[in-house]
Amino acid sequence: MALADKDRIFTNVYGFQDRGLKAAQQRGDWDDTKALIGRGHDAIIDEMKASGLRGRGGAGFPTGLKWSFMPKESKDGRPSFLVINADESEPGSCKDREILRHDPHKLIEGALVAGYAMRARAAYIYIRGEYIREAETLQAAIDEAYDAGLIGKNASQSGYDFDVFMHRGAGAYICGEETAMIESLEGKKGQPRLKPPFPAGAGLYGCPTTVNNVESIAVVPTILRRGAAWFSSFGREGNAGTKLFQISGHVEQPCVVEEEMSIPFRELIERHCGGIIGGWDNLLAVIPGGSSVPLVPAREIMDAPMDFDGLKELGSGLGTAAVIVMDKSTDIVRAISRISYFYKHESCGQCTPCREGTGWMWRMMERLRTGDAAIEEIDMLQQVTKQVEGHTICALGDAAAWPIQGLIRHFRPELEKRIEEHNAKFAEAAE
Amino acid sequence: MADRSPAPDTPELRARWGSFAFTEAYKVKADRHIAKYPEGRQKSAVMPLLDLAQRQVGEETGTQGWLPLPVIEYVAAYLDMPVIRVLEVATFYFMYNMRPVGKHHVQVCGTTPCMLRGSDALFETCKARGMKKGHVSEDGLWTLTEVECMGNCATAPMAQINDDNYEDLTPERLDAVLDALAAGEQPKAGTQEPGRHTSEPYGGVTTLKEMVDENHDYRSEW
Repeated sequence: MALADKDRIFTNVYGFQDRGLKAAQQRGDWDDTKALIGRGHDAIIDEMKASGLRGRGGAGFPTGLKWSFMPKESKDGRPSFLVINADESEPGSCKDREILRHDPHKLIEGALVAGYAMRARAAYIYIRGEYIREAETLQAAIDEAYDAGLIGKNASQSGYDFDVFMHRGAGAYICGEETAMIESLEGKKGQPRLKPPFPAGAGLYGCPTTVNNVESIAVVPTILRRGAAWFSSFGREGNAGTKLFQISGHVEQPCVVEEEMSIPFRELIERHCGGIIGGWDNLLAVIPGGSSVPLVPAREIMDAPMDFDGLKELGSGLGTAAVIVMDKSTDIVRAISRISYFYKHESCGQCTPCREGTGWMWRMMERLRTGDAAIEEIDMLQQVTKQVEGHTICALGDAAAWPIQGLIRHFRPELEKRIEEHNAKFAEAAE
Repeated sequence: MADRSPAPDTPELRARWGSFAFTEAYKVKADRHIAKYPEGRQKSAVMPLLDLAQRQVGEETGTQGWLPLPVIEYVAAYLDMPVIRVLEVATFYFMYNMRPVGKHHVQVCGTTPCMLRGSDALFETCKARGMKKGHVSEDGLWTLTEVECMGNCATAPMAQINDDNYEDLTPERLDAVLDALAAGEQPKAGTQEPGRHTSEPYGGVTTLKEMVDENHDYRSEW
């Protein structure tokens, strides 16, 4: 059954209507926020736990549980902070942008309620630097909320003081990693920190901090208003809720759309994207969760449920639900090689396996693209990806390794064919 | 890693930029940023201040701006930070230009989602107009940069030119945008697909039809 419009959270996702405070209030935002806060810190966290919401930034960690790691009282006077990750940079992802520019008040209200629940004193929204117009929109919305007394001192007449600040990034993918984001907020290079200590113990300015994705925070007020049972009624067990899917690549109509979790891939594409270009027989492979997750070949993805567990079973992942569709016209080796270049470009340079490995893997991928390699080198590349994976402070090393591993797992014959053709051409020329 | 280093420190550079200081208007903006952070944490504002400095340099040179060393030193002094810490930040983040750029900074996304939808042809279009990656064109109008994913994947391919995004591009549409900019006009930003509003399916919305024409409140249907 299709998700009904009344059950969609982001009703202004396409920006047909005004994004300002008044229009947002007419759609239901900031409706008696005082009462939501009045439920108390722990009741809100319990409701979020019961809703089954898993973090929408890619890792899928239960949001309510994450909040419960925050200290209940400050023993040494350190304040707590909420940091909202709006550094959307994962190739294929374009959902937070729609929230920021078309429904910013959902995010700001969510920041207040979530910040209250975890006993934070303020929220910093870290928005990627390239979202210039989106940052202007967000700042305007923050200013409106302050002027209306919805945030700031005695926010929404709740008796709770809460500030919301926007911080713009300046073009570094790695700042989407939570500890790199905290470093960046402190005015440094965005290089990830070793964990532990985890941010909930010592994060921004050494204070307890929770970092949440924009979508995870923006859905909070609606979940509280409609109840955990409503939210968890969508999707399979352990994969609750509605989700913004972003479909790009070789579909007739790429789009961003909010759908029920666990919707089968075929249904998602048929219902909203007008099908695959050239029909379903023309589908080659899909990267279902943004560039970091391994690709899935056509026959495996077609009827798979689009959720955390379903895609994990296929050796991939839901990530940010950024679905990159590739038809048979795609040079699959080039498509993955371009992703390798991305990681080479975005490695922060802190850990040697990643700094050196991403460049090495990209150069190797470029040779495989033309077939200028030996068959054994495919295995060598596989081995190098294993030496990068799991040997770095943050997950960027893993993210660089996985797409290549997925390519080798599913398209090894294609790689071998290119090498053989290339070598045959040179053998011929030598005769 | 992106390989980035500051422009050479020459007497000419010192002569041109040695006396750089924020104008009053920029100072107001800078101080507003600094006020966002707790007491004693003013260096958190280094990123917004570098952005402001680059914009002021842009205004003074009629370009999109860049960060000469003396300007970086000015920001360091403004925040009472060691220069090397500010230089680290300036070279780490890709949006700070370490070399002068043109009047318009054409940043074409080349990452896989845009590549699948035809970004190669956009680079060809730029090349045909005399642009070269990482260089200012001879007439001073353009700098072309290949950038990584800009988060416009459902409206790919795209280019960010100055502060605006131009999406759903084809070579012809990009040419039209560039022609307009060259003529001193401001083309319509966003998707260039006729009839498309933002990131909805361009055959027409498949969801939330009521929202197209009115600010519909769905709560009565809950």
